[in-house]
Amino acid sequence: MTRRLSPFNVTALVLGFAFLYLPILLLVVYSFNASRLVTVWGGFSTRWYGMLFRNEALMEAAWVTFRIALLTASVATILGTLAALALTRYGRFPGLTLFTGMVYAPMVMPEVITGLSLLLFFVAIGLDRGFWTITLAHTTLTMCFVTVVVQARLVTFDRSLEEAAMDLGAPPLRTFFAVTLPLIAPSIVAGFLLAFTLSLDDLVIASFNTGPGATTLPIRIYSAVRLGLSPEVNAASTILIGIVTLGVIAATLLSKRSVIRSRRNAH
Amino acid sequence: MHKRPLTRRLSEGLVPAVPFLWLCLLFLVPFLIVLKISLSDPAIAQPPYRPVFDWSDIAGFFSQLNLENYELLVGDDLYLRALLSSVRIAAVSTLLLLLVGFPIAYAMARAPERYRSLLVALVILPFWTSFLIRIYAWIAILKPDGFLNQVLMGAGLISEPLGILNTETAVFIGIVYAYLPFMVLPLYATLEKMDDTLLEAALDLGSTPWRSFWTITVPLAMPGILAGSLLCFIPAVGEFVIPDLLGGSETLMIGRQLWSEFFSNRDWPLASSVAIVLLIILVVPIVIYRDAEARRVENVR
Amino acid sequence: MRRTFAPWSDPDAKPLIRFENVTKRFGDAVAADNLTLNIFEGEFFCLLGPSGCGKTTLMRMLAGFEFPSEGVITLAGQNLAGVPPYRRPVNMMFQSYALFPHMSVEKNIAFGLKQDGLPKGEIVARVGEMLRLVQLEKLARRYPSQLSGGQRQRVALARALAKKPKVLLLDEPLGALDKKLREETQFELMDIQHDLGMTFIVVTHDQEEAMTMADRIAVMDHGRIVQVATPGEIYEQPKTRFIAEFVGDVNILEGHVLGQENGLWRVQTPSAEVPLTIDDPDEVLHSGQAVAIAVRPEKMVIQREWPGPDAINVLTGEVWDIGYLGDWTVYRVRLATGEILRVTRANASRFVENPIDWDEQVYITFAPDAAVILAE
Repeated sequence: MTRRLSPFNVTALVLGFAFLYLPILLLVVYSFNASRLVTVWGGFSTRWYGMLFRNEALMEAAWVTFRIALLTASVATILGTLAALALTRYGRFPGLTLFTGMVYAPMVMPEVITGLSLLLFFVAIGLDRGFWTITLAHTTLTMCFVTVVVQARLVTFDRSLEEAAMDLGAPPLRTFFAVTLPLIAPSIVAGFLLAFTLSLDDLVIASFNTGPGATTLPIRIYSAVRLGLSPEVNAASTILIGIVTLGVIAATLLSKRSVIRSRRNAH
Repeated sequence: MHKRPLTRRLSEGLVPAVPFLWLCLLFLVPFLIVLKISLSDPAIAQPPYRPVFDWSDIAGFFSQLNLENYELLVGDDLYLRALLSSVRIAAVSTLLLLLVGFPIAYAMARAPERYRSLLVALVILPFWTSFLIRIYAWIAILKPDGFLNQVLMGAGLISEPLGILNTETAVFIGIVYAYLPFMVLPLYATLEKMDDTLLEAALDLGSTPWRSFWTITVPLAMPGILAGSLLCFIPAVGEFVIPDLLGGSETLMIGRQLWSEFFSNRDWPLASSVAIVLLIILVVPIVIYRDAEARRVENVR
Repeated sequence: MRRTFAPWSDPDAKPLIRFENVTKRFGDAVAADNLTLNIFEGEFFCLLGPSGCGKTTLMRMLAGFEFPSEGVITLAGQNLAGVPPYRRPVNMMFQSYALFPHMSVEKNIAFGLKQDGLPKGEIVARVGEMLRLVQLEKLARRYPSQLSGGQRQRVALARALAKKPKVLLLDEPLGALDKKLREETQFELMDIQHDLGMTFIVVTHDQEEAMTMADRIAVMDHGRIVQVATPGEIYEQPKTRFIAEFVGDVNILEGHVLGQENGLWRVQTPSAEVPLTIDDPDEVLHSGQAVAIAVRPEKMVIQREWPGPDAINVLTGEVWDIGYLGDWTVYRVRLATGEILRVTRANASRFVENPIDWDEQVYITFAPDAAVILAE
């Protein structure tokens, strides 16, 4: 369709995206500021990046965060995919309402509640707080997001593809690995990335469930931010933003290819 | 009837069983524990609560429960004011989000098809970057000597810097900024599916564009409006980071109150009762949201 | 050679597929109601009926995606109960084609062969053979998304044929094709079936498709099989009013039986002044019985001139509508009773002098053996 956008629509888009991106842009630009005062430009410099890499506490926090996110995303992807299969392929089973409730609730529930309840649970069962409690908490939260992402794909999945595979002699398990899994793979990858970023990003739940030796990057950044603006935080943020942007662009290009393929297939 | 071998039925049963049990153990059980602790006495010991439930003594359980913490909540108007203020701030923010999000979603849905997936990606992209970082970015903008005041004073529009940081206005800005993707995406999803010829038919039948918008576009976008509003309102009520970093000391929000009860006052039972009250307030919107989501999935099917 | 193929009329012939008192319920809905049906080896068999009549369910029970609530299905003497779809010597061509989008054409065709663990060389040879059969050799490396609708249909066919199943099931195989391609493909399917000597079972709601291709047609309605017969029998001797109206066009005249004269039935109807004479000797009727007379439009003659006092089966009316279709002209004629009859006439010559026009008074006649009596 060769429709033109009205001036009103163009204005909405320009202002909307300026609102979304200007703050991030300012943050990135001022990470290269030579001045210690974050809001006053004092010339170009990369010295905050140098300081960042010499800050051992921060590096340690980044490493812990990365390990938690990787473990979280891996387990959450498996659990979430199983849950999505259960919700779409098992018809009605006892406990289905409770199941869907438990999948949708954690996504919208205030993080303070989720964080507090998990902490009290870990205390009650006598589990020491630290790396593992954060990982368990993050896995529980993010598996729900994975479920929703994979479920959305399974719902639109043409069941006759699976029937065709079985009709041609493939038993159920082989059908799953030969037909279902390759076709829902993009959504599983998307779910993994989502779980990874959510875990990487979380402050509230991690704060409740953290323990000695398990200080994550958001917890570190938060305590730094509470003390006021710091160019070092700008530099750390810029690096994170850079990594995420590259990752999202790569993922978008990948999924675009499969979207085009499936779109063409739909005709 | 067709009977499958027992081993196959068992292995098929694992698919729903594993995630189901996981959620029961790490989502449902923790809630019951919160409920229980909210009904117990505060104590200074570590952990700072005295378990009222000795697992062997069921009879004594109910007699020991007390509503002391809840009485404290009702008695101290700080919590009541915090709750009301949280709901108010979340409601106003949701309304602002609708006002800001609708034109963007509408323009995205009207955009030429080949640009649409790019626009969607651009809306999602900030969501992938850290929430904390994005809120942090606003401190530098809203500070008295921040970028906004520099620009406004530089342009001669104001002579004195505006004190936006540490006010409720800053909290509104922060919530609208952080939650915008959650509002735009559901709106876009419904608007994009809308058939253009419906609007053309309305115009053809003599309805003005403005009236067509209200009688055709808005009712058809209702599922998206509902989903987006709930998706923003529910977490906004319990928001902690935004009021903590952008709001002033007088900005009362229940999530912040819970945090300080827990970390500063170390009163775990009271923090638990705050959580329960907050949850009770949110149960209705959460159930509506879940039903709307389930219906949407059903419709796609 | 096809003409002599009629195993169903041979009492000694053993059917390949038997449905015995098969019932299938989905909750309260009955998709198959106590069905009994025999299908013979080498047959091109059509299940015909409106949507929701249960024909697809019947096919899916044979493929193994649904299981009968009651009754038995056997294939070559083997009871199929409990046999999963992947162990049945039956392959299906899906209505949506169900081509695996992440596999090329040759991978799609090879999929079933791989499941059987055939040696690689044999798979390659068989895939090549199938590609030749459906004339897609050049597109072996393409993906389904890069094919036209007609090409996809052929890949689906090749994939289902590759395992040389005893029975090929085709679910609305031509539904997604345009009219012209559909007609060509019908004949191609018939040729392939004949060359391979395979049993084909086709589900369709398109009566023309069924008439063209099938050796026999089973007409289904509301979970029941109403008639199983050759296309000719279905058209010329429909058993019920539903079949007469579903397969082709038909004019129905209501009336009641007066009696039998010289082996011909006399039927009184308000549509004609003189009782009708019908030659349908197989019907057993009694005087006064209410019946419906079914006459196909092409078996009626329309004329302007009065056919004379000796003519039988004369109806009088005026032309209500004329539709010129090129090969045929359709006249819709309104009788005094208000009924509208449909009469067709082949346009045998290019120019007709003084053709029948709108609003003209006309006479419609038909021969005694042109009509079928349907007991109400």
